[in-house]
Amino acid sequence: MDAGQTVIKGILIVVLAAFAVFLMLPGRGQRHVAIRRLVMVVLLILVVLAVIFPSAVTAVAHAVGVGRGTDLLLYGLIVVFAGNSILMQRRHRTTEREITILARQLAILQAPSPADREVADPAAAAEPEEHAEDVHLGEPVDNEARRNGVF
Amino acid sequence: MEQQFRNESTRRRPISAVESMTWLVIPLFNEAPVIRGVVEGARSVFPKVVCVDDGSSDASAAEARAAGAVVVQHPINLGQGASLRTGLDWALGDPEAEFFVTFDADGQHDVGDARKMVELLASQPLDVVIGSRFLDARTKVSPIKKAVLKTAVAFQRRSTGLHLTDAHNGLRAFNRRAASSIAITQNRMAHASEIVSEISRNQLRWAEAPVHVVYTAYSRAKGQSVWNSVNILSDLFVK
Repeated sequence: MDAGQTVIKGILIVVLAAFAVFLMLPGRGQRHVAIRRLVMVVLLILVVLAVIFPSAVTAVAHAVGVGRGTDLLLYGLIVVFAGNSILMQRRHRTTEREITILARQLAILQAPSPADREVADPAAAAEPEEHAEDVHLGEPVDNEARRNGVF
Repeated sequence: MEQQFRNESTRRRPISAVESMTWLVIPLFNEAPVIRGVVEGARSVFPKVVCVDDGSSDASAAEARAAGAVVVQHPINLGQGASLRTGLDWALGDPEAEFFVTFDADGQHDVGDARKMVELLASQPLDVVIGSRFLDARTKVSPIKKAVLKTAVAFQRRSTGLHLTDAHNGLRAFNRRAASSIAITQNRMAHASEIVSEISRNQLRWAEAPVHVVYTAYSRAKGQSVWNSVNILSDLFVK
């Protein structure tokens, strides 16, 4: 029994190691998408076969040293689940990074420009009077035309 | 009380050229009770203050604006690292700006320390000045926090090769070169370690300056707990 189990142990370790390698690979792009879709198709075919020939699952289980077919299915489920959550986490991080870039860009676009904040500030503020005072205290307004506009 | 006194004494000084070339960048997230005082205190030394409101749900942005800061608002909460990068990017748009200081919103930093750091940056051939709590005896740190910080310092030395005496200190001063070259991709708190490794990657000239961090009841209640160090480590390792 113990000697037989080395087969399933080997398979599980190899598959999990393949996940790790897959994660290390730098490429996103077409190859990754293609591999993911192929794996998906193979999984679907296996599931269909398992439904049609339930006894085959048990036979395969015995061949790799697992007691019952359901146990083999459980192992498979765990492997697929682990791979899927790693992938989802990775995609989540990418999305998060993209949203960050987008949101930061939006924030900067909406903010008054630092070069002429004397002009932009009172317009953006809820209390313009208080802000005019702030401008006066803060920076001496060097531009003549701008001073006329503010005061 | 002491803080108030210091602000009064600095207000009488004329604002020097160096100070008007400096933008103070304050990441702001739900600090409405204290932000007005912090910005007013900071503006007594540095007239140019930008607060990056990181999607606060309270009156933080209005309070900061009332105190005379420019407010740049993130549409959603992105984290302190993203706020810092946004603030730096925005301030870099001012052609007159030469120095950029990152400052905490909860009032634990001393604006006098920030001024000394900028003066150091202006007078020495340096790109970055980083605040350190452990260069003098002013800051009182609890033993547990000290142990965690010292571990972080040892880890930081090994991973970046920079021999700093403090880790995760939010008070830093950059010149234009440093402010534009430091990339911050860690949105949450791990950005502090990232900034240190960016300093070493970009071969920036750096120095440390002693700073006093005041742990008020307010900042203690809001500040990073020791638990957060676990999150920081996992953020750094899991890519």
